[in-house]
Amino acid sequence: MRYLPLTPADRQSMLATIGAASIDDLFVDVPADARLSGPIAGLPNHASEMAVERHFSALARQNMAASHHPFFLGAGAYKHHVPATVDHIIQRGEFLTAYTPYQPEIAQGTLQMLFEFQTQVARLFGCDVANASMYDGSTACYEAISMAGRVTKRHKALLSSGLHPHYVSVAKTMAHFTGDTLETATPALDGTDMAHLLDAVDGETACVVVQYPDILGRVEDLGPIAAKCHEKGALLVAVVTEPVALGLFKSPGEMGADIVVGEGQSLGVGLQFGGPYVGLFACKEKFVRQMPGRLCGQTVDASGKRGFVLTLSTREQHIRREKATSNICTNAGLCALAFSIHMTLLGERGLRTLAEVNHANAVAAAERLARVPGVSLATRTFFNEFTLNLPKEARPVVRALADKGVLGGVSLGRLYPGAAALANGLVVAVTEVVTPEDIETLATALEEVLA
Amino acid sequence: MTQLNQSGWKPEMKALSPSGEGGYVETFTGNRALMLEEPLIFEIGGRETCGVDFVDLPLPLRGEGRGEGAGKPSQADTPLSQPSPLKERGLERATPIGLPGLSEPETIRHYTRLSRQNYAIDLGLFPLGSCTMKHNPRLNEKVARMAGFADVHPLAPHETVQGALAVIHELAHWLVTLTGMKAVAMSPKAGAHGELCGVLAIKAALQARGENRPVILVPESAHGTNPATAAFAGFRVESIPATAEGRVDVEALKAKLGPDVAGVMITNPNTCGLFERDLKTISDAVHAAGGYVYCDGANFNAIVGRVRPGDLGVDAMHINLHKTFSTPHGGGGPGSGPVVLSEALAPFAPLPFVVKRGEEFVLIEEETAGEHHGQSFGRMTAFHGQMGMFTRALAYILSHGADGLRQVAEDAVLNANYILRSLDDVLDAPFGGSGPCMHEALFTDDNLAEGFSTLDIAKGLIDEGYHPMTVYFPLVVHGAMLVEPTETESKATLDQFIGALRSVANRARQGDLALKSAPHFAPRRRLDETLAARKPVLVWKEEGAGD
Ligand SMILES: Cc1ncc(COP(=O)(O)O)c(C=O)c1O
Repeated sequence: MRYLPLTPADRQSMLATIGAASIDDLFVDVPADARLSGPIAGLPNHASEMAVERHFSALARQNMAASHHPFFLGAGAYKHHVPATVDHIIQRGEFLTAYTPYQPEIAQGTLQMLFEFQTQVARLFGCDVANASMYDGSTACYEAISMAGRVTKRHKALLSSGLHPHYVSVAKTMAHFTGDTLETATPALDGTDMAHLLDAVDGETACVVVQYPDILGRVEDLGPIAAKCHEKGALLVAVVTEPVALGLFKSPGEMGADIVVGEGQSLGVGLQFGGPYVGLFACKEKFVRQMPGRLCGQTVDASGKRGFVLTLSTREQHIRREKATSNICTNAGLCALAFSIHMTLLGERGLRTLAEVNHANAVAAAERLARVPGVSLATRTFFNEFTLNLPKEARPVVRALADKGVLGGVSLGRLYPGAAALANGLVVAVTEVVTPEDIETLATALEEVLA
Repeated sequence: MTQLNQSGWKPEMKALSPSGEGGYVETFTGNRALMLEEPLIFEIGGRETCGVDFVDLPLPLRGEGRGEGAGKPSQADTPLSQPSPLKERGLERATPIGLPGLSEPETIRHYTRLSRQNYAIDLGLFPLGSCTMKHNPRLNEKVARMAGFADVHPLAPHETVQGALAVIHELAHWLVTLTGMKAVAMSPKAGAHGELCGVLAIKAALQARGENRPVILVPESAHGTNPATAAFAGFRVESIPATAEGRVDVEALKAKLGPDVAGVMITNPNTCGLFERDLKTISDAVHAAGGYVYCDGANFNAIVGRVRPGDLGVDAMHINLHKTFSTPHGGGGPGSGPVVLSEALAPFAPLPFVVKRGEEFVLIEEETAGEHHGQSFGRMTAFHGQMGMFTRALAYILSHGADGLRQVAEDAVLNANYILRSLDDVLDAPFGGSGPCMHEALFTDDNLAEGFSTLDIAKGLIDEGYHPMTVYFPLVVHGAMLVEPTETESKATLDQFIGALRSVANRARQGDLALKSAPHFAPRRRLDETLAARKPVLVWKEEGAGD
C-alpha cells in the first residue's frame, strides 16, 4: 500500500519493543464481540492510483462543468475566473498540509496570511475587525444572529425577504432548537419588502438581517434600516453573498451595518458543488469579544520582532467549553488563503475593474434577455445578477435550457418551491466569464424554449 | 506604500542574543539566509498595482480612458439602467477600500516566502494528538480539481450533476458500511458542525416523542467542541468524571441518568488515546434511561476497518474526513464532518441528502422531503456539504481498500504504542500501566525539574525540527502531551523523533535553562500572547492612522 511506510520487518521489531506478541494484543481493550475478524465486507482491496483516477474521471464526465457551457447560475455561488497563481500557492505543502497555527513560532506563514485576510475582509465590508473565517456564508449568517442575541440580550431576529432562502432555512433550524424567534417572508417582486421590514423593527428586535445584493439581485440603500435598527436598540446584520459587488457599491459597514457576514467563495475558491466555501465575518470593534471563531492578532516575540498569534481565545470552545461564543473549531483556512491571494492579485484597482466588467456584462445580458418575447426584467437596481419574469414556470425552462447545453440560471421555483407568485422567476447571474456569444446563445435558446 | 523590512531587524533590537547562544550576527535585512522576512501586503502593495489583466472588456467599458474618472458605474449604463440607479440612490462606492495589489511575481514571492515560515506534514512528523496529521495523497488533490467536480454549481439541475451526486452517494455508502450504522448526514462542514448535527437529531427525536430533556452528559476529558456544541443547541452540560484508568466512570455516569438526560457525548477512542471498553454497557444504560448516545468520532482512524461503532450502540457519530480520511487541514480548515446515524435518529437527518432512485441520483431538499423524510430537522448549511472533501476522502478510501484501511488502523496503533513504550521511562505516562494505547500516546509533565513545563518541551521540539504534540489537552491530566504519530510515518522517522523527544525531556528534567527560551532557531522566538490579548491588534492600520 503506497501510503504506508512500515515494512513487515519494521512491524515485527516494533512489536518486540512494545512487548506485544501480535497486533491483536494492542486491541485488547476492544471487546471481543466488537472486533471484526476480517476486512470490511463489500469494499474491494486497495487500488492503484491509475484505477482510482479512472473511476473519478468517469464520474466527472457525467457533470456539466460551468466552464464548458454558457453559464448563468448564481444565487449564492458565483463563477469567476480564478488566476492560476491562486491554486498554485494553496497547493504548496506548507499551506496545504499545515494545521491550525497553535504553535505560532513555526506558523507565521499561516498567521500573517490570516492577519492580511482579516484586514482585507474588514476593509471590504467597511468594518473595524474581521475573524479568520467561518464554514460558509450561511453558517456565518446564523452565527451573526446568535451573536446579536448575546449583544442585545434579545431573542427576536427579523430576516429580510431578500435573504437567501437556504440561509433562512439554516437560521430556522437553529432557532427551532434554541427557542429564538425568527420572522421571515418570501420576496415580493414589487419591491415593497423593505418598507415592511422597516415597520417591523421594534424594541424586542435583536437584529435585522438583510442581504446586499439580495437573492433577486436587488441592491438597496441600507442607511434607513440601519437608522431604524439603532433607534430601537437592535443590530443590523448585512449578508454579502457576492463580495465582488463591493468593488462598485458602498460597503454595508459604511451604511451603518453592525455585523457584516458573507460568502467568500466568489474570490479564489470556485464553485465546487457547494463546498468547501469560506464564511466571512466582520463587525464593529466594540463587539469583538462576542465574535465567534478564531482571531489572529499582532504581537511581538521575545526579541521584539513583530509576529502574529491566535488571540482572544477565551471566547473559544477549547478554553471556554460550554460558555464559548460558538462551537466552531476547524474553519475554512485554506479557502481564506485562496480568497486573500485572489484579492491581493486584484488589489483595489483590479477589484473595481472586475466589478465594472461584471456589472456591464449583466446590464448587456439583461437588456438582451428582456427583449425575448414575453420576458420582462423584475430587478431594476442590480450588480451582476437580476431576476427575469418568464411567461411560464421557470423550472422546466431551466431544464429545457440545460438540454440545449445552456446553464441558464436558477429558477425561483427551485429556491421557493410552492410559492406560486414566484414560479415564473429566473435568477440570472452574469460575471466576467460570460461572453457576448454566451448571452446570445442563452437568448436564442430561451426564445426557442418559450416559443 | 512600499516599506522595507518592517518585521526585520531594527537598531533598537541590538543585544538580544541570549546567553549561551554565541555567534548570533545581525543582518541588515533581518533575514538569515534561507530564513526570509516578509512584510505585509499593506506595506508592499500599491493601490494601482494589479496582478490581473482585463483586456477583453465588454463593449460599454471599451475605448474610454482608463485613467481618473473612468470606469464609474455610469459607464456601464445603458438605456436600461439610465439614469444610473446606483448614482441616483447614492449606492456607488465613494471612498477607497484600501486594498493593496501586487503583480503576479510579487504575489508568488510574497506567499512563497510566507509559506516557508510554516511547519507542515510535508516537512516532517506532525504529532498533534487528536488532530491526526497524516500524509495527504496528491492523487486526491488531482481528483478534487477535475472540472466535473470543482467547476459545478450547487444549484445546477440534477440531471446535469449525476456524477457529482454519485460521488456523494458512494462515499455515504462506505461511511455507513465502515461504521455499521443506518444512515449518514453528509452536509456538516467540520467535526463540530457534525456534533451539532448529531445533537440536533437527538433533540428532534426527543421532540417527536414529546419529551423535553435538558441535559447532556459530557466526560471531563472531552474536546471543547462537545460541551460548546451541546450548549449551542440549548442543552445544559453536566460533566462525568474519569476513572484512574482514564476512561469514563461508568458508575458515575449511570448515577446521572434519568428523565432529564437527553444523551451522552462520548469520544471513542477517547482523548487519552484509550478505547472505551464499556461503551456498549454505557449505550445500553443510556438507552434504557430513554437517552441517546453521541460518539465523537474524531479518533475513528484508530479503529477503522476493525471496529464498527454501530456494534457498540452508538446513535450518532461524526467522522472528521480531515482526520481519518486524510483531507488536508489547510492551516485550519476546511474540513468535513459527515454524521452517521442509527435507525432511531436517521429519520431526523438534515437536508439535503442524496438518494438513488433506479439509475438516477436525486437530491432530497425541503420540497421533496415531505414525501419520506418529513421528520428531518432541516438544513444546516446552504448547500450539500464539502464536495471538495468528499472526492478526496472517497479517493482515499478506494485507494486503501478494505485491506489498506485495516492496515491504517493497525499501523496507527502500532506507531503510537511504539512511541509510548520508547519514552515511558523519561516521561510520565499516566495510563501506560493499564495496557496499550490506541492511536495516540499520552504523557504528563510529572517529573520535570522545578519551573519546567510541558510548554518548554514543546518549544524545545521546535528547535529539533518537529511540530510539537498537542499540549494541555485533554484536561484530565496535568500538563498533557498527546502524541499522535499516525500510520504514515516510517520506523526511521519515529526513531529519530523518539531520540529528539527523549533528549528534550531529559533537558527538562535536568533543568537546562536554554530550554526556557526555546525556540532559538524558528522564524520567531516565543510570542507575547498576553500582549496580543490585552491590546488586540486584529487588522493592519497605517502608521499614524490612530485608533
Ligand atoms: C476529539 C475531537 N472532537 C472534535 C473535534 C472538532 O472537530 P473540527 O475541528 O473538525 O470541528 C476535534 C478536532 O480538533 C477533536 O480532536
